[in-house]
Amino acid sequence: MFEKVWDAHLVGDGLLFIDLHLVHEVTSPQAFEGLRLAGRRLRRPDRTLATADHNVPTGPGAPDELSQAQLEALSRNCEEFGVTLYPLGHRRQGIVHVIGPELGVTQPGMTIVCGDSHTSTHGAFGALAFGIGTSEVEHVLATQTLVQTRPQTMLIDYRGGLGVGCTAKDMILGTIAQIGTDGATGHVIEYAGEAVRGLSMEGRMTIANMSIEAGARAGMIAPDDTTFGYLEGRPGAPADYAAAVEGWRSLPSDEGAAFDRVVEVDVPALAPQVSWGTNPGQVAPITGAVPEPADESDERALAYMDLRPGTPMSEIAVDRVFLGSCTNARIEDLRAAAEIVRGRRVATTVQAMVVPGSVTIKAQAEHEGLDEVFRAAGFDWRGAGCSMCLGMNPDILAPGQRCASTSNRNFEGRQGRGGRTHLLSPAMAAAAAVTGRLTDVRELV
Amino acid sequence: MKPVTVISGKVAALDRVNVDTDQIVPKQFLKRIERSGFGEFLFWDWFRERGFPLNRIEFHGAPILAAGRNFGSGSSREHAAWALQDYGYEAVVAPSFSDIFRSNCSKIGLLAVELPEDDVRELLDRAPEPATVDLAAQTVTLPSGRVSHFDIDPAVKQRLLNGWDEIALTEQRLGEIERYEAERERDGPDTLAI
Repeated sequence: MFEKVWDAHLVGDGLLFIDLHLVHEVTSPQAFEGLRLAGRRLRRPDRTLATADHNVPTGPGAPDELSQAQLEALSRNCEEFGVTLYPLGHRRQGIVHVIGPELGVTQPGMTIVCGDSHTSTHGAFGALAFGIGTSEVEHVLATQTLVQTRPQTMLIDYRGGLGVGCTAKDMILGTIAQIGTDGATGHVIEYAGEAVRGLSMEGRMTIANMSIEAGARAGMIAPDDTTFGYLEGRPGAPADYAAAVEGWRSLPSDEGAAFDRVVEVDVPALAPQVSWGTNPGQVAPITGAVPEPADESDERALAYMDLRPGTPMSEIAVDRVFLGSCTNARIEDLRAAAEIVRGRRVATTVQAMVVPGSVTIKAQAEHEGLDEVFRAAGFDWRGAGCSMCLGMNPDILAPGQRCASTSNRNFEGRQGRGGRTHLLSPAMAAAAAVTGRLTDVRELV
Repeated sequence: MKPVTVISGKVAALDRVNVDTDQIVPKQFLKRIERSGFGEFLFWDWFRERGFPLNRIEFHGAPILAAGRNFGSGSSREHAAWALQDYGYEAVVAPSFSDIFRSNCSKIGLLAVELPEDDVRELLDRAPEPATVDLAAQTVTLPSGRVSHFDIDPAVKQRLLNGWDEIALTEQRLGEIERYEAERERDGPDTLAI
């Protein structure tokens, strides 16, 4: 599948055509400025789409001065260069990797880039999608192409079905724990197997999203009827939908296709997963304990996380719960968490918040009454954005605070200087919110 | 971009693996809309920790940074490469780099050099003893005098040696791009029409 998409986009030797360029406020200002200084135009505004997500406030109050300046720069740049922008307050605003699929502009077989490493999310549709730096953003703005070397390919074969209470998040956390945060460096992953076929598009996006946490250049999932059903009727979907689907059916890898590496993951063996350290490969099952450090990196992580080896994961108390991010803030994620929260209360020691991935998802959740479920339990119900996943807005942890988070990175200081992050699924985050500690969600269903 | 040729001088040692770009430049400094001046934010939190290796006076002013494997993992922020360069590093040497970080470095003329684990170990253990990185020869002369070879994409090497602007190079291929757009580009989605 990767080869088919790659070959279809080769303009010439080492030059790849980009079908969709997504833009946000944080990694684009210097790129637009570069265009301006060089007197270049934006080659293809019709293949460029912008939104504000990284630094927008999700609660009441205006953005801080610097964030405001960045948001204004994005508006100015989009106006000057003729780019469609969904700014703060727009009904289509949201996390860039949430709104692309939601609008149906993410489609099978496309090449998609964005100045954000979680662009891999769009690979869930059988697109080749990857994050780029600001110099490359400028290159795409100017030429609609990228200079690329062909990556290697890796098949991750999920064997067997998911157990009760386990989700796509547990599959990908378990996978990164197995292969390491640089296990897929230089590779494009194809995720395959029965458990992947059984996932909704939301679940597949969760998996593809975290490809970068295994070091992969991109992650792809073959499109099928689930994909086609999701995209049908969305604003960006092709007018002649049946014809488009016919074309997309030829994308999946051919029987017996060769990969440079193959990894098997034993899915039924996966319990709900939780990270204990400061990278997304430092993960343990909730039924397990904080491991003995294997090296200096583990020792440093344990010290930062203030954890002792041997402590049962389910005895770790949390102060905050964050339900959000491009990994897990879609409607299905909110439904799964609400299911656990319904009729229960957030523990008195915990401060919990829900940040929907987009304005559209927020409206859908409110239509379904999920906001009431969360509010009644004591959750804070917020506006759309990246929020506490990276803490560029006021949503940050205080030093020493411990957070159960549905996001994608548990790096030191990621959610606030001195903050301690435990990555887990939405249902597991909900369970932690109501018990006040990391909890096996299977005890609550 | 200034041409990159030979980088010779002291080595600073950061003997840690999986150094992520959140550590290299924390998010609170990504709100600037300028491209320069990120050096003062480099390793912002770590520089404020007691015992952080790069605080050692003998590492100050080193043009070469040696570090553990998977350097630059995580976020795609090019600000990380900008900060390392603005701080004064001209080359980073490690057993491996994340793909996006390595690519970002290549765009701005910060040399990301991948050497075998043992050779990086020598740099780390003997820092600040000097080393020499020679891009044209694709070699690193280690403190012991031993010479280690490194690989680099030939196109990237040519661009760095000459200090060429990548966009200007691609613009010379405009004919190819136009032909692709006319003959092979897929229909939609049109972001101006949704």
